[in-house]
Amino acid sequence: MTGTTIIFYLLALLTLVSALLAVTSRQIFRAAIYLLFTLIGIAGFYFWMQYDFIAAVQIIVYVGGITVLIIFSIFLTQQAGELLPKQKMGRQVFAAAAVCCSFALVMLQIGQHNFTVTTEQPVAPTIAAIGEKMLDTTADGYALPFEVVSILLLAAMIGCIVIAMRPDNTLTTEQTI
Amino acid sequence: MLTPGLYHILFISTALFFIGMYGFFARKNLITVLMSIELILNSVNLNFIAFNKYLWPNRLDGVFFTIFIIAIAAAEAAVAIAIIINLYRSHQSIDVEQTEEMKY
Repeated sequence: MTGTTIIFYLLALLTLVSALLAVTSRQIFRAAIYLLFTLIGIAGFYFWMQYDFIAAVQIIVYVGGITVLIIFSIFLTQQAGELLPKQKMGRQVFAAAAVCCSFALVMLQIGQHNFTVTTEQPVAPTIAAIGEKMLDTTADGYALPFEVVSILLLAAMIGCIVIAMRPDNTLTTEQTI
Repeated sequence: MLTPGLYHILFISTALFFIGMYGFFARKNLITVLMSIELILNSVNLNFIAFNKYLWPNRLDGVFFTIFIIAIAAAEAAVAIAIIINLYRSHQSIDVEQTEEMKY
């Protein structure tokens, strides 16, 4: 048992336990906080695998962005301290059974599959290497998907503003100015 | 067997995926459904990084897929929350079963 092994199992415990609590907790605000810990655990896995850049992106975008967005929307749509309604027992049992069976099936497939590892020289995932590849316009580069994602983000931003705008009939001219 | 490797990470990401699926099946609130989607997307990201690290360390493709998935997930969460807030404004509820029509 070396240090890295112990850290791996601690991260696994943190991630899985808080993920389970996030989908079973009946207080929605607590569920969001458990989701936060799950995302931090996954960022820890990226650090553990020495993909520092991805871990930083995970913390910035997920932990700092999406979780805050979710918590804001909880504040805007939920009464404080109200529990989520209890679900029917049958639905929960069926969901758990289906999920457990599929999990067993997938793990069986993974266990039987023999992964082949490449023998070529590894590339360190440094920020410089990622940046060069990202803006590379040759056949191996990712310049086109990068631009497409930029357009997608712009479209999503405009779409959010349009969706969340108040309908026109409630809007008076004083409010627009 | 105890030393963590690819199979251990695949176990964790599969478990996360199916925990997200459970939340998807068993919950009715739209925000919790969105949280389950985030769990599922994160498990996929973990898979991409694990494959990149253990199977193809000579390439960076898994890293790029992860970056693009994170960007698209952020866009998706923003749009979903805009829809949820708008739905709450017109229906006073974000329960999946009470919001059968999305028109206002």
